[in-house]
Amino acid sequence: MDLSVINPVLLIAALMSAATPILLAATGELVAERAGVLNLGVEGMMIVGAICGFAVAVESGSPALGFVAAAAGGALLSLLFAFLTQVTLANQVASGLALTLFGLGLSALLGQGYVGVKPPSMPDVNFGALADIPILGRILFSHDPVLYFGLALVAAVWALLKFTRAGLILRAVGENHDAAHALGLKVVRIRVLAILFGGACAGLGGAYISLIRVPQWTEGMTAGVGWIALALVVFASWKPWRVLLGAYLFGGITQLQLNLQGAGVAIPVEYLAMSPYLVTILVLVILSADKSRAPASLGRIFHASS
Amino acid sequence: MIRLEKRPEPSRGFAWAAPILAVIATFFFGGLLFAFLGKDPVQSIVTIFWQPLFGEFAFYYRPQLLIKGAPLVLIAIGLSLGFKAGIWNIGAEGQYIMGALFGAGVGLAFYPAQSAMVFPLMVLAGAFGGWVWAMIPAVLKVKFGTNEILVSLMLVYVAEQFLASMSLGLMKNPEGFGFPGSRNLQQYASAHNAEIVADTGMHWGVVAAIIAVIFAYVLLARHRLGFAIRVTGDAPRAARFSGVNPSRLILFCLGTSGMLAGLAGLFEVSGPSGVVSIDFNVGYGFTAIIVAFLGRLHPVGILLAGLLMALTYIGGDIAQSQMGLPAAAIQVFQGMLLFFLLAFDLFTNFRLRLGRVEVA
Repeated sequence: MDLSVINPVLLIAALMSAATPILLAATGELVAERAGVLNLGVEGMMIVGAICGFAVAVESGSPALGFVAAAAGGALLSLLFAFLTQVTLANQVASGLALTLFGLGLSALLGQGYVGVKPPSMPDVNFGALADIPILGRILFSHDPVLYFGLALVAAVWALLKFTRAGLILRAVGENHDAAHALGLKVVRIRVLAILFGGACAGLGGAYISLIRVPQWTEGMTAGVGWIALALVVFASWKPWRVLLGAYLFGGITQLQLNLQGAGVAIPVEYLAMSPYLVTILVLVILSADKSRAPASLGRIFHASS
Repeated sequence: MIRLEKRPEPSRGFAWAAPILAVIATFFFGGLLFAFLGKDPVQSIVTIFWQPLFGEFAFYYRPQLLIKGAPLVLIAIGLSLGFKAGIWNIGAEGQYIMGALFGAGVGLAFYPAQSAMVFPLMVLAGAFGGWVWAMIPAVLKVKFGTNEILVSLMLVYVAEQFLASMSLGLMKNPEGFGFPGSRNLQQYASAHNAEIVADTGMHWGVVAAIIAVIFAYVLLARHRLGFAIRVTGDAPRAARFSGVNPSRLILFCLGTSGMLAGLAGLFEVSGPSGVVSIDFNVGYGFTAIIVAFLGRLHPVGILLAGLLMALTYIGGDIAQSQMGLPAAAIQVFQGMLLFFLLAFDLFTNFRLRLGRVEVA
């Protein structure tokens, strides 16, 4: 075993990349949950986003177009969830599970012709001389545009929720949908939009895995990242900046265990691969004592008659 | 205009009609999907749903119905108890794996001793394995209020890694020429979950599934605990006032569903599958969620839904080999079924009203 092969600077740079899929998906889910919708279909939307993005990027040769398609694919799938929970008033837990099961099947079907294909790679953003700063340059200024987009998204969601009227409306719907309805807010319409946003973000996160992290297509390649993103929203107490913190924590663990595998640590590979899931459980246990931050209407069905 | 009006009482008729409507809608849209894939939709549906039952080779496929249906029913019965009470165990796949590993572990430890005691011990170990794995989310929920959905699901991935480790390491067949996977339990008479009546598909897992259906029916219809489960699902506050202990209910529901999933895994690994290998699990734990909902969380409904779902697996295999229908298409088909069911369920609790909204 030789731990000196793990370069801390490269580890931090890689951690940011490992965290981005979780970050994107969790930020989208955070918005949906702040509107009072618990969408357990994140895993399904991510994997559909992963294959939509992959297929379009391969066919068009443009990764950017792939990401647009991934967001569209994720949003389209989430529209099914929106229909089930907002129009036909189905149970959100069951509908979310259905979305994940359906998404896993659909992605496998769509991805049949793309196994073993190599996608076009996305160039890193060119910061010029900034990238040459020792240590900081490698950590901060040598990434692909989607990673920066993820960071900007967190800031935007934070600002939206905290400072704007739209954010206030979103939170009102999530805290008390009956009161929001009485105020004349369109509860269903707002929630559908929040669900679509969540779907688009999950799709982007999925495509980040298939186009940048891995980059190739295999069935079920998201491997539970969507579920970790769901856990992360709880971890973050429904606050955007804490999502960022949590995503980097999980990204760090994922990357570290991969590096340890590479360094040939005496722990078997399988047990190292368990670690992100075990840490998720541990974090959930530590943080689940305080549920006071959860949106009060989370997961409840709204019908104007009641 | 059309609007929804809440029914004063859920419609009993629609509660039973919704799954049937969902199946019909799935036939239609599934057919469209198959047509889109360039297959003849009618022929696809016939291949999937008719051939295994009444086709030329039905004598071969009918036993498969029991073999594939038993684990689905066994797991779904356990899940339905929790789902009824609002306790969401969605990690049955992990409990299934752990049950198989515990059970097979006991069997392999006794190899090559021949004794009538080996198989019963394996059954106990399998049930224990699933139970222990489900007790992790249960205890965490009771002690710390941790979300059982996320914990039980995370444990699926942990169990999959554990399975990989076992089939490549501790349980690897020492006479297997280095190939991954354990000894074949089918060739170890004391540990083999053989067919009780030859060529019927009737193995001990099928017996266990039938017993589980009967027990669940009696529990829900006649026992105080079943009443507690139903009240907790419908009105948690009322349940508390009527003296239901929520912690005990959580431990019971998750424990039972884990135990049944573990049993399903054990019967599979010691019978139809035979070998502990990396890809031994085929997702029964997740499909069972669809089975539980499609069966309306009712034991008899689950039995029928389990058989229907088993049919889609078998028919899907046939359609795959005869018509080149991709395996994933069947997965999509199964997912669609759950979507339509959830959508049609609207009419159980609501009805459509045409006309203007009267002013109250």
